[in-house]
Amino acid sequence: MNEWVFKIIFISIIFGLSLFIAMYSTYAERKLAAFLQDRLGPNRAGPFGLLQPLADGVKLFFKEEFIPKASDRWLFIMGPGLFMITALMTSAVIPFAPDLVLNGQTYSMQAADLNVGILYIFGVVSLGVYGVLVGGWASNNKFSLLGAIRAASQNISYELAMGLSIVALVMVTSTLSLRDIVDQQHGWHWNIIYQPFGFLIFIICAFAETNRAPFDLPECETELVGGYHTEFSSMKLGFYLFAEYINVFVSSAVLATLYFGGYQFPFISDMEPGMAKTILGACVMFGKIFFFIFLFIWIRWTLPRFRYDQLMNLGWKVLIPLSVLNILLTGAFILFKI
Amino acid sequence: MNFSERIYLPAVFKGMAITLSHLFRKKATIQYPEQQRPMSQVFRGLHILKRDEKGAERCTACGLCALACPAEAITMTAAERTPDNKQFYREEKYASVYEINMLRCIFCGLCEEACPKAAIFLQNDVMAPASYEREDFIYGKDRLVEPFLQN
Ligand code: SF4
Ligand code: SF4
Repeated sequence: MNEWVFKIIFISIIFGLSLFIAMYSTYAERKLAAFLQDRLGPNRAGPFGLLQPLADGVKLFFKEEFIPKASDRWLFIMGPGLFMITALMTSAVIPFAPDLVLNGQTYSMQAADLNVGILYIFGVVSLGVYGVLVGGWASNNKFSLLGAIRAASQNISYELAMGLSIVALVMVTSTLSLRDIVDQQHGWHWNIIYQPFGFLIFIICAFAETNRAPFDLPECETELVGGYHTEFSSMKLGFYLFAEYINVFVSSAVLATLYFGGYQFPFISDMEPGMAKTILGACVMFGKIFFFIFLFIWIRWTLPRFRYDQLMNLGWKVLIPLSVLNILLTGAFILFKI
Repeated sequence: MNFSERIYLPAVFKGMAITLSHLFRKKATIQYPEQQRPMSQVFRGLHILKRDEKGAERCTACGLCALACPAEAITMTAAERTPDNKQFYREEKYASVYEINMLRCIFCGLCEEACPKAAIFLQNDVMAPASYEREDFIYGKDRLVEPFLQN
């Protein structure tokens, strides 16, 4: 098969898969929320309510589309789209499975093997906040604007700590390519063992970056009537909510890749490269991803939302110094142990 | 706060353990239309006008229930019994029209207490059903009187 044809097919599959997983994350969210609260959750649409995401989608499409008169029309439309695009772009550099070797030809299970994969992710993720900011600003509603500003300042503050925690990781792996990082974690050499502290900081920041509880301040109904998406209706709101789930999926993938060995599992090196290895690797990878999605949901229904000043305190006064400390410790470790 | 409280994480993990344990608990949900919870013995639901052991209506249209009703939900018209409908009614007077407006009724059960003939009761296993039309909530004798059980 031509490499370009394969790449196009692969990218479409990843694209579809992201959408599909995001769709069913909404279902998982509702179901798990119910279970954690001793309820049953959606169970009317289809067996076990499995068609619920479709019903939700249909509902969103048929709701009235409303654009406020005083809003900036084009930016208002652009906001959700921007958020969606940036959410979908991140999955490009994530290696989902070991290389597939068929008839002597190697197919990479990664849309793009950038040697600066981590930087790419950070670049795209930091663009994501534009979607929120543009949407909130264009709504011409002070609550939306407040929500958007909160989102922006929250994302910026937490991105700093996140970046610093990654610096320590990069010091250990000495590469920026996600594929190399995964390859280094063969067997049980997962980065979580070498960087438990960094992982903790990273995952807290990941929660804040995806605007998930307990850091869902840009969209709190009690204070902001809904937050940056107050004025959005119909599928535009759907895009915002949906992109958030894509973000959760991608963050889970990044977490699994950076700290939990990605598609690596013990004994993988004993296997011949081929179909079986690729499929098994992909299953392991998705198992890890689903675990993290579960973690995201689990925490959302456990912890209450932060207050805004607490959020900022945690970001600037706790996480950033801690991640700097982590860098120093890692540096000392590398200098004296190895 | 001591150190372990100040870093919050132990508390966070404790909270997560608690929510996780709820994941496997028995669920409290009742699948309503298919599955119904048994009502309490003292539940006051939809009214019923009783018959006596011979199948005649107990109500004598004395009007005490309407008088006792704080919501003024009951209206009735009394009529005199004639020889040809003698077997249907217990005493000389009966209610030719007996209506309860379920939108007014507060299900207090005072009608039941006021009735000297033990004719009206609030059932503990039937609720007044919902409807889209106001007229549907005015319950006449056709919907209130206990179905004829004898023969
Ligand atoms: S239950 Fe109370 S409100 Fe309803 S009809 Fe009887 S007395 Fe009136
Ligand atoms: S139901 Fe009882 S209280 Fe009411 S009119 Fe009939 S006999 Fe009298």
